[in-house]
Amino acid sequence: MKAWTIRLFQGKVSLQLSMRWLVALFILSLVLIGLFIIALAAGSNWIPLHEVILQLTGYIDTHSFVIGTLRLPRILLAILVGSSLGVAGLILQAIVRNPLASPDIIGITSGASFGAVTFITLGTGIISMQLLPVAAIAGGLCTALLIYIISWNKGVTPIRLVLIGIGIAAILKAGISFMIVFSNAVVTTKAYIWLTGSLYAASWSDVSAMLLWMLIPVPILLVLGRSMNVTELGDDAAVNAGIRVQSQRFVFLMCSVILAGTAAAYAGGIEFVGLMAPHIAKRLTVRAFNRLIPLTALIGAILVLVADIIARTMFLPRDIPAGVFTAAIGAPFFIYLLFHNRNR
Amino acid sequence: MIGLQLQTEQLTLNYGEQHIIDNLSFEIPLHKITVLVGANGSGKSTLLRSMARLLKPSSGHVLLDDQSLQSISTKEIAKKLAILPQGPIAPEGLTVQQLVKQGRYPHQRWYQQWSGEDEHIVEQAMSATQLLLFKNRPLEQLSGGQRQRAWIAMTLAQETPILLLDEPTTYLDMAHQIELLDFLFELNRTKNRTIVMVLHDLNLACRYADHLVAIHNKTIATQGKPEHIVTSEMVQEVFGMAAIIHEDPFFGTPLCIPKGKGRRIK
Repeated sequence: MKAWTIRLFQGKVSLQLSMRWLVALFILSLVLIGLFIIALAAGSNWIPLHEVILQLTGYIDTHSFVIGTLRLPRILLAILVGSSLGVAGLILQAIVRNPLASPDIIGITSGASFGAVTFITLGTGIISMQLLPVAAIAGGLCTALLIYIISWNKGVTPIRLVLIGIGIAAILKAGISFMIVFSNAVVTTKAYIWLTGSLYAASWSDVSAMLLWMLIPVPILLVLGRSMNVTELGDDAAVNAGIRVQSQRFVFLMCSVILAGTAAAYAGGIEFVGLMAPHIAKRLTVRAFNRLIPLTALIGAILVLVADIIARTMFLPRDIPAGVFTAAIGAPFFIYLLFHNRNR
Repeated sequence: MIGLQLQTEQLTLNYGEQHIIDNLSFEIPLHKITVLVGANGSGKSTLLRSMARLLKPSSGHVLLDDQSLQSISTKEIAKKLAILPQGPIAPEGLTVQQLVKQGRYPHQRWYQQWSGEDEHIVEQAMSATQLLLFKNRPLEQLSGGQRQRAWIAMTLAQETPILLLDEPTTYLDMAHQIELLDFLFELNRTKNRTIVMVLHDLNLACRYADHLVAIHNKTIATQGKPEHIVTSEMVQEVFGMAAIIHEDPFFGTPLCIPKGKGRRIK
């Protein structure tokens, strides 16, 4: 396996990157950039690609409203949401050491949805809709903490996290259905659209708010990501290597919650991206957790961006929630994974 | 390599409410091979795990150079003591080299991930375990013996003066058992590493151990050089089995022949 070793400042800074990883990173970046431009061009009226590039670089100003105000924030949000969901899934799969884990399966997304639907049913008209993300993030965090506390017995084991997470998710989903059934038609429609996951009416303030949230998990993952490479070999191996496994698990769980929670807050319940993106990344290249982070982020971004392009162009003039399309590819993918893992 | 004293002080280990090891104080001899033996469920693995901080004592201490393990930072311990846990499992697709590299973790920092020293030591660990040819193979494609050697290479790459191994010969056929124990013996004799391991086979234990520790009844029944302590009374007490002890015709170490049924042709 070819690799590229970097050593700087008399070896004070060093790292090794495999060629295959670098190639994957490069190609995925190109794909994302390509999709980004196509996404800016596509919509109810098609803007020629060269004009999109000229507009972006500031040479012309004819499309500043359509591109700058309508499409660009929505596309950037799709990219941020997709990468967050992907990385949140990668983290969870590493924590629970199960390739079938993802934020929607162990209850974090349900927690966020519960928070949001509670807000929509009880708060509409009383509190500003702009606070909806806060409700969603709070719901996700509370749920994660609850799962964590119930799982605790002199430490938290992966299997307890999964089982209790699935249980809590079921309860929350029941709660969500209850609230929807007992509210009026306007609220129900709103809640449903949110639950399916839509990037409709994304604004620049959403983009900057999401970027702000990213400031917490990104540095943590950069510094501590490597430790998860070892923990994937088992708790014993991690303790042997000098890792404080319980605090590591808690910190990574919180990162995953912040990522999945904010994604849900700004784009609703876009499902299966957290499951698919890490898997595709693992197929492409090396197994090391910290190296998988950027690849998973890119793949997640690509998935959500493609889903959103389809969602807002295929059924014009209607704007379908992007979550419909991620679920349409994601659900068969999940079944394929179950089938593939049946003997493990 | 520098000597590091590993000992237990009034150590009590519990599994749930049950005592597994009760009030045990003993010392691991420096630069020697120590083997823990005992019946199934006697607590030998539990004791080994607690000496590597994989299990917290319910009372008492494990001391590394007169300092309690709980008072030393866990990353510092990782530079002094490595344990190979029983039956470890690697994630699908992980290659030998990727596994062995993980052994360098305690010596690295987030901005210092692959120094020249790391590269050299990983290469050395793979060559010592004869895995250089397989370094880019995923672990699941290797034989049981090779896979076990890969895990040992990972613990070797950790470069610690003390090495603990929990039943390293499990799942290996006889030839691979000997190959592995010979390798550890060499490592001890040439590199002076203190080795502590749990073995099931009393005869192999007698052959490779400088110091044999027999665990029974939540404490040490007896310890010392195998040739001094292994007797039919000892085997009766520790394993609850009638046996004759002979001298190994080649090595001169004690050879345990269990009594019981079977074909008798002499």
